[in-house]
Amino acid sequence: MANAITEEAVQKTVYEALPQFGVDEGDITREATFEDLDVDSLDLAELSQIIEDEYGVALKGDDVGKIKTVGDAIDLVIQKGS
Amino acid sequence: MSREVVITGVGAVTPLGVGARTLHERWSAGVVGITDGKGVATEFDPTEHLSVKEVRRADRFTQFALVAGDEALAEAGWSEELPYEGDKIASILGTGIGGIGTLERGKEILIESGAKKVPPLSVPLMMSNAAAAAVSMRFKLLGPCHGIVSACSGGADAIGAAKMMIESGLVDAVVTGGSEAALTPLSNAAFGALDALSKQGISRPFDKDRDGFVMGEGGAILILETRENAEKRGAKILGTLKGYGASADAYHLTAPDKDGGGPSRAMKAAMLNAGITPDDIVYVNAHGTSTGLNDAAETKALKMALGDRAHEIPISSLKSSIGHLLGAAGAVEAVATILALRDRIAPPTLGLENPDEGLDLDYVPHQAKPLDIGDKPAIAISSSFGFGGHNAVLALEAA
Repeated sequence: MANAITEEAVQKTVYEALPQFGVDEGDITREATFEDLDVDSLDLAELSQIIEDEYGVALKGDDVGKIKTVGDAIDLVIQKGS
Repeated sequence: MSREVVITGVGAVTPLGVGARTLHERWSAGVVGITDGKGVATEFDPTEHLSVKEVRRADRFTQFALVAGDEALAEAGWSEELPYEGDKIASILGTGIGGIGTLERGKEILIESGAKKVPPLSVPLMMSNAAAAAVSMRFKLLGPCHGIVSACSGGADAIGAAKMMIESGLVDAVVTGGSEAALTPLSNAAFGALDALSKQGISRPFDKDRDGFVMGEGGAILILETRENAEKRGAKILGTLKGYGASADAYHLTAPDKDGGGPSRAMKAAMLNAGITPDDIVYVNAHGTSTGLNDAAETKALKMALGDRAHEIPISSLKSSIGHLLGAAGAVEAVATILALRDRIAPPTLGLENPDEGLDLDYVPHQAKPLDIGDKPAIAISSSFGFGGHNAVLALEAA
């Protein structure tokens, strides 16, 4: 059963996932770009899996290419889930 | 003019610890790195050497190659700056199986949780070229880059391929070697089903009570370049890769040719390539797996290739100390051989109490012995044979 999509919940999921990929917790903000955080396409594929597992929303294909910042990813999940 | 290939750096991660010298010193001292029938690289903690991201992006077999690579590049004096254009340096690494641990975890997740949960890193981590790719990325090597896959002769075949690349002028240097991390449930069960593993959990090559090999894990890296360039840049030259010979048994998928024909042809080819005769060889680093078939066939092969000289040369098996590292074995053994030759020592075949009938060569039982060779060049051959009937032999000379 997918969890309810709220901005707070999705942000928590993303913020908790990124350190697994080697991102410094202190560097994570909504404005931080994935490039600056050294989060690449393989990391985003893993993040997508975590998001889909929790919220039933897939971050795949063209959508992912447009994501530049942590905030973009959170917003996209909310947009796709609504 | 010929391009003589020299070794200017070595690195290793093995069940005896992290470091090529650690391997050499502990084996020479008679230390056994096998516990409960397995040669685990217990002193290796990837997080001590690699970032969180690097650890996540590498199967254990790749981690071994990266850490051994750090050591080898540092010794060669390459850590700060590469001495050649990046596109003139190749990364050529052998493995027997590749990232089988990653494969097994992915399959477990697939079965238990479904296709959507399979980690996206599964393929890039399990592929057999992953270590070669990771090494090229870590050290910015822009030349040819690929894995060499020939089961338990993979490490030696990679070094042989590297030698030919330098000789041909294709590249000026190669980061080469091999790595393996196959101490996994599937791999253990499968080798067990083949009756290849020692039930006693003891690696005792050439002994009458030997009952199979003990699997180990690890990796080794060698830096190869031309003598001319190495001397020009003032590098410390550890030794020369004089020869490489290889052959196929074309006989059986797993069993060696009982007569030792394939291995003996590889030994002869290596000597021919090196321009040496049996009289020049002062030490043999044997494949010596501790299986009934290998050690008997290998002994026959040595007698065929070396003639009477086979009885005069100390022959020992590193696998008695660390087990069989499969596709890493040839690389780890090449490193151990060059360091042994430098110290003019024949490390021991441990656990050898009673040589089997017909196994009547000098296998250096119990403890190391000095190589009393005077001014004679310190030349050895190191043999690796693999499932599929692959035979690869390196001829090495220490400086």
